[in-house]
Amino acid sequence: MDRIPILKMGPYLLVTIQIDLYDRVALNLENDLITMVSKTEAKGVLIDISAVSIVDSFMGRILGNIASMSRIMDAETVVVGMQPAVAITLVELGLTLQGVHTALNVEKGMELLQDMIGLHSSSTEDDEEGPDDRND
Amino acid sequence: MIVMTKDTMQIVREQDVVPFRNRVREYAVKIGMSLVNQTKLITAASELVRNMLKYASGGKVILEIISKNAQTGVRLTFVDEGPGISDIKQAMQDGFSTGRSLGLGLPGAKRLVNEFDIQSTPGTGTTVTITHWKHGR
Ligand SMILES: Nc1ncnc2c1ncn2[C@@H]1O[C@H](COP(=O)(O)OP(=O)(O)O)[C@@H](O)[C@H]1O
Ligand SMILES: [Mg+2]
Repeated sequence: MDRIPILKMGPYLLVTIQIDLYDRVALNLENDLITMVSKTEAKGVLIDISAVSIVDSFMGRILGNIASMSRIMDAETVVVGMQPAVAITLVELGLTLQGVHTALNVEKGMELLQDMIGLHSSSTEDDEEGPDDRND
Repeated sequence: MIVMTKDTMQIVREQDVVPFRNRVREYAVKIGMSLVNQTKLITAASELVRNMLKYASGGKVILEIISKNAQTGVRLTFVDEGPGISDIKQAMQDGFSTGRSLGLGLPGAKRLVNEFDIQSTPGTGTTVTITHWKHGR
């Protein structure tokens, strides 16, 4: 397998990385995501790395690139599910993942995106916030 | 110091990185290293093996389980016959890179493991040795 599927969910793109990625696959993902953001005008990118056990500076740079390229096209990037051992290691490695937001899991990541983008899904969630002052 | 297990892996292409990391994990697991320490060791190893591929078009890694002063650890020796590094002090600085990347590999690897040693001779090659102890930090 050398491509990771990208799911479109409303204004968001969702990617679940299920294994430690070979470089080629990671680079393909970077390209595919950036192309998809531009094509679909997505407002947010959610990358689930809960199954990733190692993030080195190569992988970190790819996550950073995805975030900065997406930002240029007006989309925010949230990385979700980073394993605690990976997070601790990244700090010591010195990698800050600039421009990359993080959240505990996909659900929290979605919430973060919605807050950042100021969109509210028109579904049944009516128990979270009172006034609905969405900006158009 | 006693060497309890020893193996060598040739690293010649990008596809060797993930299997190599898995082998390092096997060694770390074998001595009962904690998950955080495993992750630190493997991440450092990943940086060094990438450098070997990127700057020296490959090389070999010697993997060992060693025992010293009642401590058990994993020692990895990265040997290449690439161009070498003329200014090691500069190469060890955060953010320094001749490869237009992040420049965190060498200094980051040093921070991640208990022992770090680098020897390099321009025109001859580079050898980096790292050791991470089971109960290191
Ligand atoms: N095995 C090696 N052979 C030759 N030069 C190396 C080697 N490893 C590292 N270097 C040099 O040291 C610099 C810093 O390496 P590193 O900290 O890993 O950052 P990066 O790989 O992002 O450049 C590299 O840019 C390169 O010039
Ligand atoms: Mg490097």
